[in-house]
Amino acid sequence: MAERTVDARGSFCPGPLMELISNMKSMQVGDTLELLSTDAGSAKDVPEWVHKVGHEMVDTNQDSEGTFHIKVRKAK
Amino acid sequence: MRILVVGGGMGGTIFANHLARRIHHEMKTGKARITMLSASHEHVYQPGWLYVAMGRATPDELVREQESLLEPGIEFHVDPVEEFHLAQNHVKCKSGKVHEYDLIVISTGSRAMPENIPGLKENSVNCYTAENAVEYYKQLSEFKGGRIVITVGLPHKCPMIPLEVTFAMYDFIKDRGLLDKTEFYYTYPIGRVHSLENVAKWAAPEFDAKGIKYETLFNMKEVDGKNAKVLSEEGSEVAYDLLVAVPPHKGQEVIEKNGLGENGWIPTNRHSLHMEGEHGKNVIVLGDTTNLPISKAGSTAHFEAETAAENVAAVVKMGRPVKSYDGKVFCFIEAGKDRATYAMFDYQNPPQPKAPTGSVHAFKMAYNKLYWATARGLL
Ligand SMILES: Cc1cc2nc3c(=O)[nH]c(=O)nc-3n(C[C@H](O)[C@H](O)[C@H](O)COP(=O)(O)OP(=O)(O)OC[C@H]3O[C@@H](n4cnc5c(N)ncnc54)[C@H](O)[C@@H]3O)c2cc1C
Repeated sequence: MAERTVDARGSFCPGPLMELISNMKSMQVGDTLELLSTDAGSAKDVPEWVHKVGHEMVDTNQDSEGTFHIKVRKAK
Repeated sequence: MRILVVGGGMGGTIFANHLARRIHHEMKTGKARITMLSASHEHVYQPGWLYVAMGRATPDELVREQESLLEPGIEFHVDPVEEFHLAQNHVKCKSGKVHEYDLIVISTGSRAMPENIPGLKENSVNCYTAENAVEYYKQLSEFKGGRIVITVGLPHKCPMIPLEVTFAMYDFIKDRGLLDKTEFYYTYPIGRVHSLENVAKWAAPEFDAKGIKYETLFNMKEVDGKNAKVLSEEGSEVAYDLLVAVPPHKGQEVIEKNGLGENGWIPTNRHSLHMEGEHGKNVIVLGDTTNLPISKAGSTAHFEAETAAENVAAVVKMGRPVKSYDGKVFCFIEAGKDRATYAMFDYQNPPQPKAPTGSVHAFKMAYNKLYWATARGLL
């Protein structure tokens, strides 16, 4: 299962969630993606979309510099 | 120093002209040389296709001969690159000709790929090529009423197009007296009507005031042309009479084929604009083809190109670069046929869009003509 990191720090447009959606399309079922985001909104809007579509949230944490690390698995 | 520019669009042209002006002396004395390779002898002002789709411009107004835009001394060939041999510092073109370089700048742009969503190409209109914009105008002008659905794929170039086509069509339909027979239904991939939060905060009340309905968290999965419905990844279905698409995009096939980046997006350092990885030291990437998490827009290509040209000139003259790209983007937002606003932002600062005005629209119309001075590196 492949893993990838998407660095969307400082991205206002397209922004972290749109970067994540674009990347998920190129992934295989079971692959994971770690999204780096400096937008506090990502901690809420990424899980909202992931649950709505039916992928899986793996983990969310914030490092000492304030960056969110949001891990998602493609489930379908 | 042999500088090879691949791509004669916004990024490549603005870069080459800015650089040529800065290293004019070095080019004269043979210390530096700029060669540009492109896939076409034409330079197209793509933002004009929005106006073609609304019957307010014709495609020929948006085209200039590429060679006529270039500073004297830049060698130009219409000969698309087919093979990138980055480890050997050369490319091979369609004609078979090989070009060696010391520094390569890649700005090959991106392509709308409606064919990547089942049913989308056959059943929708878009303004992402001149031909499609003409077809869009035809269908819009023949529209007699019903439901117009706007559907948005990811990633796409020009982040303002979803809003701009919606506002522009609203005015078009209003002017034809069809508003009472028409319903506008706007869909968007994330949980608000635009990726930029402040733009969404401005646009949603504009939609409400005009009676434009919207559904967010809508990523199109397929189009069922027989039943005239768009289906989303999130499980909803929307019926349409006219489907207007912002198709998902990819970079050029040649980028993907040569293993430079998945889907044609080249991994790029967000500040130096060098390609990431082993062979990136003498490779600069500009415009749509970077994988940077910023807007795929002409202004992005423009600001990146200026930064890169200043850096390359400094390298030619004193051996090291002088600037770092700060993520600057500036986008006009047409809010209908006679009002506009804009969004300016960078890696650190979100935009603060103002209410649309007639004067910003007038400025955008003027910029559509002034663009040719930008391409020449004068503005
Ligand atoms: C409808 C529409 C509206 C838009 N509105 C706006 C706007 O309002 N504001 C804004 O900032 N941006 C806007 N844009 C986006 C803008 O046009 C692009 O982001 C910009 O053109 C990107 O520049 P580029 O140099 O990356 O690519 P392009 O300008 O697309 O140039 C790519 C070049 O590469 C060449 N090429 C391709 N393959 C090869 C090859 N194999 N070898 C050599 N050369 C090759 C092509 O011939 C072309 O010359 C809009 C785009 C569209 C379609």
